Amino acid sequence: MNLIISILTLLFTPSTLAVTIRGGTSLLYATLGEIFTERSGILNLGVEGMMIMGAVTGFAAAFKTGNVWAGVITGMIVGGLLALIHAFLTITLRASQTVSGLALTLFGSGLASFLGQRLGPGGTPLVGRIGPKFGKLPVPGLSSIPFLGQAFFQQDILVYAVYLLVPLAWYFLYKTRPGLHLRAVGENPQTADAMGVNVAGIRYLYTIVGGMLVGLGGAHLSLAYTPGWTEGMTAGRGWIAIALVIFATWDPGRAVVGAILFGAINAIQLRLQAQGTTIPAAFLNMMPYAFTILVLVVITWWEAFSRRVGAPAALGLPYVREEKG
Amino acid sequence: MILPLKVEKRLSPSRLASFLVPFISLLLALIFGGIILLSAGANPLTTYKAMLLGAFGSKYSLSETMVKAIPLMLCGLGVSIAFRMLFWNIGAEGQLAVGGIAAAGVALFGAERLPDDLVLPVMFVAGFAAGALWGLVPALLKAFIRVNEIIVTLMMNYIAILWVEYLFYGPWKDPAGYGFPGTAQFPEAAWLPRLEGTRVHLGLAFALAAAVFIWLVLGRTKWGYEIRVIGENPRAATYAGISLVRNILLVMILSGGLAGLAGMAEVSGIAHRLQKGLTVGYGYTAIIVAWLGKLNPWGVLLVALLLAGLLVGGDQIQITMQLPAAVALILQGAILFFMLGGELFTRYRLRWERRPVEKALKPSLVEGKGSGS
Repeated sequence: MNLIISILTLLFTPSTLAVTIRGGTSLLYATLGEIFTERSGILNLGVEGMMIMGAVTGFAAAFKTGNVWAGVITGMIVGGLLALIHAFLTITLRASQTVSGLALTLFGSGLASFLGQRLGPGGTPLVGRIGPKFGKLPVPGLSSIPFLGQAFFQQDILVYAVYLLVPLAWYFLYKTRPGLHLRAVGENPQTADAMGVNVAGIRYLYTIVGGMLVGLGGAHLSLAYTPGWTEGMTAGRGWIAIALVIFATWDPGRAVVGAILFGAINAIQLRLQAQGTTIPAAFLNMMPYAFTILVLVVITWWEAFSRRVGAPAALGLPYVREEKG
Repeated sequence: MILPLKVEKRLSPSRLASFLVPFISLLLALIFGGIILLSAGANPLTTYKAMLLGAFGSKYSLSETMVKAIPLMLCGLGVSIAFRMLFWNIGAEGQLAVGGIAAAGVALFGAERLPDDLVLPVMFVAGFAAGALWGLVPALLKAFIRVNEIIVTLMMNYIAILWVEYLFYGPWKDPAGYGFPGTAQFPEAAWLPRLEGTRVHLGLAFALAAAVFIWLVLGRTKWGYEIRVIGENPRAATYAGISLVRNILLVMILSGGLAGLAGMAEVSGIAHRLQKGLTVGYGYTAIIVAWLGKLNPWGVLLVALLLAGLLVGGDQIQITMQLPAAVALILQGAILFFMLGGELFTRYRLRWERRPVEKALKPSLVEGKGSGS
């Protein structure tokens, strides 16, 4: 009980909230990206691989050019290119989406490790290099609101960008024609096809868009949240993002709740560690993973109970036009 | 762009294609890896030659390849039986870790109280049981509340790996180890016997026995028949009165248990203690092993040996050529990509269309042709 109270009092300080938001941001980019991809009916389990590639190439590009934006753009392009492999394999060549996604994660992790050891100046490792990073950019006026200002408006620009991206994604998905097409392709590709929507084209498009957002999430990690490159720095965030898509029931708005929840877990863990608690660090580090399982169990249970329709109906299923004789 | 290509489903999978695809995939992966090596300023041919010699060139390197093949075989067999019924067990890494923990626990705290001849059998059972329990958690969650097993098994990997680290950095750390992160060395009764003059240990026999067992189960028993039916069509299986719940639980006991055995064999056959380097990704490579081995036990053994060679070759070029060992991981991933893509050709036939496409009459089956836009 004491622990719970001390966790709560820890959480509601402006600095912990600020860390919560910052830590949740890269997760939110990845979750939003995977929501777009899965909404089109493509399950991409390569999030972890794309994210870590976004982190390493983003940092390397920023380090080489001295420009953080070059890093962001590189991370996005690399994420998109990796997603293109998945799209080609699963849409054109009709390979298993599960296995292709796993392959992408394994391939991406290996390639990131390789690049991390070669992309420093003259082929040296990137580990330990200090490169440019996104600094805090207080929003004039808003940042001086007591409490909330420090938590929400003294952040880096990629955090503000995600504040805008969420309502935009929501509006796009539910209120625009291309958003309708996207949802139709994921729910009922036969009907979408009959309506004249290019099913394969849309699936390609949103798999790539999803990969770009995931790559951006990775770049946020290495350029803003914990600037620099360390091997395995995504530490399962890509997989947590996939769990958050389920938690969010494929809705960008709910994804925010999930990202904040996991940002908070992260922040609590860091605070407890900094305070010197008696709980061993390993157990604190387990928290996000154990919590992911817990959240997944609760949400699955609740969904079965309330019979809510969650996943896009055609998620994971390849679409081939009826073969006629 | 519209290609005059037509994709037609074959009536039965092409034998020629099934045979050729793995080799062509390997070749393409090597070419692809070569491009990456070139861009990193390394000569692909000399690198590959060094990898090949490093993995299979001498008696020593061959035995090291075999040493790495053992956990890949055990985990690969475990993963493949789960994949057979479309249960995506991505958790072999964690199951291996807890198997190692359990076996180490027996060796460190039970060996003195047990007769020497019983130490290894108890470690064997403990390793299998720990892996099986770790695998049962996602199985129970999947069987009863349909929780996504991919994420649960994966999250449990991270938890298990942190737990191993906690133990050898913390309460199980060797007090006489000068701060070295690892437990004390096990008493000799807890060492798996080795092949004379090599590090190849009895775990190899576990793997071979497991392959025979799985082959018999799949081909000769009602249980194996049920697993295969579920894998082909879960809905039909339930209509036929096959219990999904029971099969998920049983298969995951076996799958997790085999990975747990791999962990037991690693600590007891190689390191003789719990230390850093128990979890080096065998559980993940096992996914590739299982898939490239076509989920067939003999295929798994063969591919495990090849991929172990790739890993040993990767370590070799790290030492001799200062190239990252991760080259091996890149190649693994690339082989899997090309295999996945190539499988299309075993199931479908590509045909050039002679005449102009009669679009209005025959809706084309080529779904991918206009999709690059």
